[in-house]
Amino acid sequence: MLVGGILVITRKNPVHSALALIVTLLAQASIYLMLYAPFVAGVQIILYAGGIMVLFLFVIMLVSIDRSIKERQFNSQWVVGVIAATALGGLFIGVFTKGTSIFPEHALPVVENDNTQKIATMLYGQYMFAFEIASLLLLVAIIGAVVMAKKRI
Amino acid sequence: MGPLIAQIVQYIESYLSSDQTPGGAGNMFWVLVYIMLVFTGLSVAVIAMNWLERKILAHMQVRLGPMRVGPHGLLQPIADAIKLLLKEDLMPAQADGLVFWMAPLIVVLAAFTVFVVVPFGPTHAITDMNIGILFMLGVSSLSVLGIVMAGWASNSHYPLIGALRSSAQMVSYEVAMGLAVVSAILMTSLNAEGTGTLSMIGIVQAQLAQGEWFIFKFFPLGLIAFFIFAVAMVAETNRAPFDLAEAESELTAGFHTEYSGFRWSLFFLAEYSAMIAVSSIAVTLWLGGWLRPFPNLLSGTPWDQIFSLVPGVTFLLFAAICFYNTARMPKHPLFRVQTIGLAGFGAVLGLIGLVLFVPPVSARVQDIFWFSAKVAGFMYLYIWYRGTFPRYRFDQLMQMGWKVLLPMGLGVLILTASVALLQPMIWHP
Repeated sequence: MLVGGILVITRKNPVHSALALIVTLLAQASIYLMLYAPFVAGVQIILYAGGIMVLFLFVIMLVSIDRSIKERQFNSQWVVGVIAATALGGLFIGVFTKGTSIFPEHALPVVENDNTQKIATMLYGQYMFAFEIASLLLLVAIIGAVVMAKKRI
Repeated sequence: MGPLIAQIVQYIESYLSSDQTPGGAGNMFWVLVYIMLVFTGLSVAVIAMNWLERKILAHMQVRLGPMRVGPHGLLQPIADAIKLLLKEDLMPAQADGLVFWMAPLIVVLAAFTVFVVVPFGPTHAITDMNIGILFMLGVSSLSVLGIVMAGWASNSHYPLIGALRSSAQMVSYEVAMGLAVVSAILMTSLNAEGTGTLSMIGIVQAQLAQGEWFIFKFFPLGLIAFFIFAVAMVAETNRAPFDLAEAESELTAGFHTEYSGFRWSLFFLAEYSAMIAVSSIAVTLWLGGWLRPFPNLLSGTPWDQIFSLVPGVTFLLFAAICFYNTARMPKHPLFRVQTIGLAGFGAVLGLIGLVLFVPPVSARVQDIFWFSAKVAGFMYLYIWYRGTFPRYRFDQLMQMGWKVLLPMGLGVLILTASVALLQPMIWHP
């Protein structure tokens, strides 16, 4: 996953960056698997790697990339970048060392046979309102995209 | 030597009569054995599909098809394979080397990895993930990426347009496929606990428990869902009548124009494997997987015995057809080798048929045979569509995917859920 992430930001060719992002997303799906969440891993592969990245690649390929490959890559804000990354890293280290109470003692031996059923029961039962709001948000986004891309009503 | 063989046979027997798939049991050796078996079976199926497609298309077009290479063209696929292996391996100038090399690899990997969860029987799968159907849909959607990469890496106009069209088509019909699959999965939850399952073996066992194949359930909702999936799966695999992106007269073979020799044969292999994979999904979800026809209507031991004779009888029928055609071969000395070849092929088929009558083999082979027979029916349908329907224009294709199949899928899903709620939930076996 780390290799994929580093390759995304260092490649000059945008298509290579997109492919490295696909590798990163697949690695993330396997991390979900290691956390005993097979449903989320499966949905990650279907939606992210198989749907969203395909659309990314469409756009990248339809826009001419000759100019951007020849451009010299610059990095003139590296000072602010280093400060931000150090702050974030310090925050992670702080949580990991000082906040051990929020991490469980050892990995829970969860049975993952009914992972999907449990997610469905919670999602459509307890978190139904959030589910509906999220789908409304997606509907608004789709309508907005169609309106912006249409030539004429 | 005798006791050693007896020990090996006993080890194999003790394993084959277990009640878990190898992946579920965690037995790596048998997982590898099953993987090799599935891979071999798949390769044989793809070779057979190549021959069958050419012969059946030819017969539908009132011509003969390949007749020269072996008896009745039976060695034609092998000749094609040798030709493809010996062709020059080209890479276009200024094509992106790494992406060009990786594209067929990704398509083949996606097409073959899907078979890890395909259920040939209640324990005859490589493994039985509890997200089986989700895994199959997800991994088969990764092949779209390979196609896009292939079109782009060829550094040429026609492949790029072909690849973008092909992948747009695949992504659109994945949505319709997903909705049809969801309405079938909904039907698995009509049991005592009220929860369904996504695992492939669990879906077939739900059909067994509910006593009818899902294609006939809540008539006509199961049938409409099956129809939506059947159309979407043909579009998903870029086959006729949805093959605008790769038809020879349209875009000079689309995204695989610049691939030659072995690389092209990888695309070809992946296309047929994907066809078999989505047909397996359709068979598992709607047609009862490995169950024999009429499990409830014609139940009982005598019917079981009659149906258990069908695999052997089928192969003996094939052997009889081979022998009949041997008798019809021209009596010219130049045809002597072909006649002997055809008779030999018929003898092999007859032997397989006879072996399938032996009780221990017959008991194990039942599930695999019925599953393969149903998938073979789908393959014939694919070839039939190719020989019958004219090609869809690309905008008609996209219109059908989004404006016809998607609303139909949503409607079927809502109606199935409503009917399932209005019925009593507990199934009395």
